[in-house]
Amino acid sequence: MKEKPINHAGAAATFIADKPHLDFHDARLWDMRQKRDAQMHLLPEWQELRSRASAIKEHALANLADYLEEFERNAKRNGIHVHWAADGTEHNRIVAEILAARGARTLIKSKSMVTEECDLRSYLAARGVTVTETDLGERIQQLDDQLPSHIVVPSVHKLTEDVARIFARHYGTDPNADDPHQLAEAQRLAARPVILHADAGMTGGNFFVAETGTFVVCTNEGNADLSATVPGVHIATIGIERVVPRMADLGVFIRLLSRSALGSPITQYTSHFRGPQDGSEMHVILVDNGRSARLGMDDFWTSLKCIRCGACMNTCPVYRRSGGLSYGAVYSGPIGAIIDPTFNERKYSTLPYASTLNGSCTNVCPVKINIHEQLFKWRQVLVEHHQMPFVKREIMHMAGKLMGQPKLYRAAIAGTETALGTLPRFALYNWLNPWGKNRELPEPVTETFHSWYRRNRPAAKPGKLDIAENTP
Amino acid sequence: MRMKIGLFVPCYIDAFYPGVGIATLELLERLGQDVTYPQEQTCCGQPMTNAGCVSDSAAAEALFVRLFAGFDAIVMPSGSCTHHVRAHFDAIEQTDAVRHVRAHTYELVEFLHDVLKVRDFPWAEFPHTVGLHNSCSSLRALRTASMSELGEPAFSKPMTLLSGVKGIRFATPARPDECCGFGGTFSVSEEAVSARMGLDKVRDHHQAGAEYIVSADSSCMMHQRGCAERAGVNIRFIHIAEILNGARQ
Repeated sequence: MKEKPINHAGAAATFIADKPHLDFHDARLWDMRQKRDAQMHLLPEWQELRSRASAIKEHALANLADYLEEFERNAKRNGIHVHWAADGTEHNRIVAEILAARGARTLIKSKSMVTEECDLRSYLAARGVTVTETDLGERIQQLDDQLPSHIVVPSVHKLTEDVARIFARHYGTDPNADDPHQLAEAQRLAARPVILHADAGMTGGNFFVAETGTFVVCTNEGNADLSATVPGVHIATIGIERVVPRMADLGVFIRLLSRSALGSPITQYTSHFRGPQDGSEMHVILVDNGRSARLGMDDFWTSLKCIRCGACMNTCPVYRRSGGLSYGAVYSGPIGAIIDPTFNERKYSTLPYASTLNGSCTNVCPVKINIHEQLFKWRQVLVEHHQMPFVKREIMHMAGKLMGQPKLYRAAIAGTETALGTLPRFALYNWLNPWGKNRELPEPVTETFHSWYRRNRPAAKPGKLDIAENTP
Repeated sequence: MRMKIGLFVPCYIDAFYPGVGIATLELLERLGQDVTYPQEQTCCGQPMTNAGCVSDSAAAEALFVRLFAGFDAIVMPSGSCTHHVRAHFDAIEQTDAVRHVRAHTYELVEFLHDVLKVRDFPWAEFPHTVGLHNSCSSLRALRTASMSELGEPAFSKPMTLLSGVKGIRFATPARPDECCGFGGTFSVSEEAVSARMGLDKVRDHHQAGAEYIVSADSSCMMHQRGCAERAGVNIRFIHIAEILNGARQ
């Protein structure tokens, strides 16, 4: 049986029906967009930074194999174990083997979208390893058994009262105490002992540098540094597209990342990992999981430039009003809608349509990914691959035919029923019906422009075809 | 400069807002242009292409080129149709005629502002507070105004034109560049999000004190008007062509 496409529209409707959540979500993310704008205005070189970041990424991706090998050589020299994972399963197996070799049963980790891609937690849970997320938002999502709804602020779709209920369930705190400071403290109290006694730690990586064999993790809570340094084993999972050639390139990205993401000049912590501490070990797992294939896609390869800042989500009027979970995927929002179909075309075939193609995402993207143009292009690919629902496909086909025939078209405008040919009317009307659910229809007019023109500019020639008059 | 202009009136304007087509025609004639409305016109093909069904736009595009290739300029009161002709007319073979049409198609505001360079509309008076809505096609594809995401120096072609109208006042909404959620077929396939965006948009203008929302795109306004009427938001709508042509309300 074929997998059903994600019902984004339905999930979004449910999200919108919940006014307190909708209002907070929209306002919070819009505030991040405004703070991003304020930061942009402080840097006259903002557009130059974007162009450079884009050019560096395109260069790195065009020479990806070379830079990856350069990184591997230098990282090994630094005493880092480098592993290669072709897909999620291989990644998870590598992590499990590292842990098993050291008898590690508990793993603390900071946020990593790649581990979400690989579904690492459930893989390890099945093998008796207890995984604890140390990022506050990610921990909330872990406790609530949900995907992150945003790549930077994973539980932004929740209110503090939701968090209070979740913490009450898992930590035994007061379900009505929803003061954010108290909640953060509850998480701290619950997490600290786990961190101090963990057998191994894991982080993601925002960038890795080919010439130095080092990598960088940018966070705001300090949890990544604890996860990396407290236990004796640090495993960093990084997507292969995150490589930059030189240390000097980093400045461009560090200046753009947090400004684009949260509208702060820099993350609280920008940690450079150069090699293991004495007596401990450091592993980097470079994950492909579909990235090489994406690199080969003419229209979509530049999506690999993404530095996961979330600016496209914050500005997206659709995302702000539908919530990240409505995308039903690891990556939500505009960037998700162009990446997700590369993982599963059928399942995510609806996502490129969850957009008005307004283009704001493209404008805020710090690495200049033409996101809305890729959304537009994905629709063509999906139609070519027969992923458009039958009724909609037929409507487009019939409409296209009609638009080529002035006489029939005039008849249709006049309201005669010969218009849409063989398409059953109930199908057409079912498809168009939603217009009136929350909107009035335009008022009928007594005369179209076409017939007004014929009446008021009688000297004008009607054209070669004998066009039927369209009003009584 | 008198030009031979082909007037394209988008399907929804023809059917639902004939006054916008009339105002566009009269305004261009008033400015001394030789305007013809080819009567066999249908649609530019945008709905099919935006849905991904590019080949289904071929018939509409071929007809469009046949009807409009002979004009010096093709003018239409719609940003999204202009963007389609200019940037996405790809379903048909790119002949000289197609290239001519793509290069000489203008949205009304940019035609008035950039080609005819009109600044004064002495016959026009509109003593009302208006909120300007730029469609995303006009704003980000045709670039008729500066975009808030880029932090570029502020400019607005529609605002410049409207400033030539006596008595007009402007209200500034909090999120002027936010999409209103029409999005063509998006308005039905993502009904809930679309309607919510539309409602937020009209409320934003209303709270800023706008009596009217004025736009160069009737499709956005058809959607916004529907949202405002259903929710009881007391705001009126008018196409920029109507104000520039001297509409009194």
